Amino acid sequence: MSCTRRILNAVRFTCRSSPTSCRRFCASQPVMASRHAHARRIEGLDKNVWVAFTSVAADPSIVNLGQGFPDIPPPSYVKEALAKAVSVDRMNQYTRGFGHPSLVKALSQVYGKVYGRQVDPLKEILVTVGGYGSLFSTMQGLVDEGDEVIIVEPFFDCYVPMVRMAGAKPVLIPLRPKSGKKTVSSGDWFLDPDELSAKFSSKTKAIIINTPNNPIGKVFTRGELQVIADLCIKHDTLCFSDEVYEWLVFKGHQHVKIATLPGMWDRTITIGSAGKTFSVTGWKLGWSIGPEHLIKHLQTVMQNTLYTCPTPLQEAVAQGLLLNYKLMGQPDCYFSSLAEELEGKRDRLAAILQEAGMTPVIPEGGYFMLVDVTPLNQDLSHMGDDEAYDYKFVKWMIKEKKLAAIPVTAFVGEESKEQFEKYIRLCFIKEDSTLEAAGNILKNWRKV
Amino acid sequence: MGIIRILAPYLTLIRPNLGQNHKLIMARRLYASRTIGVDKNVWVEFTQLAADYKAVNLGQGFPDFSPPQFVQDAFCKAVSGGPQMHQYTRAFGHPRLVKSLAKFFSRIVGQEIDPFEDVLVTVGAYQALFCAFQALIDDGDEVIIVEPFFDCYQPMVLMAGGTAVYVPLRPKGGSTVLSSGDWVLSAEELASKITPRTKAIVINTPNNPLGKVYKVEELQMIADLCIKHDLLCFSDEVYEWLTYDGAKHIKIASLPGMWERTITVGSAGKTFSATGWKVGWAISSGKLIKHMKIIHQNSVYHCATAAQEAVSHGFDREYELFGTPESYFQQLPAMLHQKRQKVASCLRSVGLQPVMPEGGYFMITDISSVHVDLNDESTKNESYDFRFVKWLIKEKGLATIPVSAFFSPEHSKEFDKYIRFCFVKEDSTLEAAEEILRKWSQKE
Repeated sequence: MSCTRRILNAVRFTCRSSPTSCRRFCASQPVMASRHAHARRIEGLDKNVWVAFTSVAADPSIVNLGQGFPDIPPPSYVKEALAKAVSVDRMNQYTRGFGHPSLVKALSQVYGKVYGRQVDPLKEILVTVGGYGSLFSTMQGLVDEGDEVIIVEPFFDCYVPMVRMAGAKPVLIPLRPKSGKKTVSSGDWFLDPDELSAKFSSKTKAIIINTPNNPIGKVFTRGELQVIADLCIKHDTLCFSDEVYEWLVFKGHQHVKIATLPGMWDRTITIGSAGKTFSVTGWKLGWSIGPEHLIKHLQTVMQNTLYTCPTPLQEAVAQGLLLNYKLMGQPDCYFSSLAEELEGKRDRLAAILQEAGMTPVIPEGGYFMLVDVTPLNQDLSHMGDDEAYDYKFVKWMIKEKKLAAIPVTAFVGEESKEQFEKYIRLCFIKEDSTLEAAGNILKNWRKV
Repeated sequence: MGIIRILAPYLTLIRPNLGQNHKLIMARRLYASRTIGVDKNVWVEFTQLAADYKAVNLGQGFPDFSPPQFVQDAFCKAVSGGPQMHQYTRAFGHPRLVKSLAKFFSRIVGQEIDPFEDVLVTVGAYQALFCAFQALIDDGDEVIIVEPFFDCYQPMVLMAGGTAVYVPLRPKGGSTVLSSGDWVLSAEELASKITPRTKAIVINTPNNPLGKVYKVEELQMIADLCIKHDLLCFSDEVYEWLTYDGAKHIKIASLPGMWERTITVGSAGKTFSATGWKVGWAISSGKLIKHMKIIHQNSVYHCATAAQEAVSHGFDREYELFGTPESYFQQLPAMLHQKRQKVASCLRSVGLQPVMPEGGYFMITDISSVHVDLNDESTKNESYDFRFVKWLIKEKGLATIPVSAFFSPEHSKEFDKYIRFCFVKEDSTLEAAEEILRKWSQKE
């Protein structure tokens, strides 16, 4: 405990036992730390873009291309599996803490095939509350005070607060657009290998990558992942690979798991999500896959934070995985059919944005598309100077145009804000009618 | 503990030689220091053992009967509800649920509870406790834990950088102790444990494993100390509806001066006999909830939507039926009252001395009168009750939980002659247990 706190505590205690001296003493103290003071670990972590924007966008009159969840229905068989599970007595009670047995077995099968190696269901898998919960268990289990963690910008916004809550320092490196050219694809954004190399230090504990990336939609190539892997091995760091959108990769691109590169299995935690896999974000189930010597520390965190995930939901996801495992490689496997459906929506949204005079960054994977709104020439000077342009733009657009998006500077650090503040993020895993409604709003932009 | 932490940076992990080259993964330690000393877990160990030996399981606390039809129906209805039932809901709690909880508990606490400020929905009461410790306990803070305690409190204090200070409930001196009401807290002993570093006190009523239901004067004594020393109170009330023999559950948060310093934790799992749904909540003044929200939004962020929707319908039904015979909150304790009697008589009939619980899911039993040859090398260095429970699983096929698991290292030796039974089981399970105990006592 810091010296100051010890003194303050001692003073508080003496104060309580001698009121008169306390009053005199207290009067001369400008501020007494509140007894109900929060723990230091949450300092500076209160802001959250979702808390700020989701309630506003929940208004049904707003066309919501903001938060990343589908408004298309999930496959009926997963819903049926859930209803069925709830009707079985045992499925309404606690299951195995680190993952419901039928679920970890199904995951072991699916990923055994994908990885081309045996994945031990009990020792190399942890089921968590969404991909989010996996990220948290990973950070809490493996990242310590004083560590540094490299994060690629733009990043899913929770990485930085989670690293900070673990007492570590986020070290940011931006994806940069190919110089000169107007970027038309997420593939035009890349990491400078020299710049990346310079970010590694003796304190680096891990690097976090997200492929396909949220919000840009970049799908890292094997070559790009090899550069990262080489640095992890050279500097003996861990790799946390957020692959929640792993199945949502569009034609001409391939999802590569960094854990399959030589030397990487032993130092990588790979994160997946039932919510993104089966279009059921409200089920909040995800998983971490990795070597036993890493997963066991995530399991320790799990048993001391929430202990176990809901049983019937896990059973239903297991059924969904088993069904699709049999169909893997075939066109009616949901893992590929969803990507196909999504690609059509991606192209539709891109066309809508292009018709409105903008140049979207066409994503190679994932749910989202970035677009530079400069061509709309929207004057926001009346909104003051205290926020980045994209925050102001999105707030204005929600209010005036009834169209919701997410500001991209929410996904970058201070130094990169200027580079990204003209971009907004649009989610396209939406009904065609939702996308068309967005199209109408953009078409009629100039009309009052 | 301190020595391990100091040496930790020098520990290395070498991947076992699997016929390939030795590889050093990280010269620095892999795991974060906050995970040191919190890796062992009594449930992981004993549920595995019960499963391995296919024991009649009166160990872990979950019902082996189904939740009531009305909540199962509500869940099914939610599943076939609109697409939004399967997508993210409000992070701090599904609007319908926080409104139901606020309405329901405002009436009980006698305090207007704001659904959006004063309520946080979590993944089980377990996660509510986690958020409370992480949000409000800092390095060097002391937390008083009343023993016997639900085992997770101690590692959660540790993980938050705090120091656990223990105060035991003790059986009143004198004759045989027959009820959980005979176990009391000494006001002097409690007061003596408070130091300038004490931040909070954790209580659990009805208590797991003892079943004690704190009386208003006992809670007032604790409240007085909290107010005098400006402490927080974490009140784990997951078994709040399960009281027997007219014992009344009282919320410490409803005592004067306590609302703004108490976090009350509740559980849909225990309320509706659906432990596998993992829906819980924390209710408190918005000033404390806001800190917990920050932990929540940086750890799990949301809880499952459909489960929250179902629990909300459950509470709305109970709000209307409250105090009437149709209320599940009347029917469940009445049903468990019977089961509690059944298990207690069965234990007495074989010469054991159960401590009759005033509330909750569990009954502890004094096993000091039982003499068995615990001839098991593998458990040689463990405490008596741990050895006894393992023997009972392996030799008799009956699973229970050793009570010293719920005591601190400094006091566990005083309480190593008790084992815990869960009586929230189908009659067939209880009868199977009865059969095992009867056969065993006949052999002696």
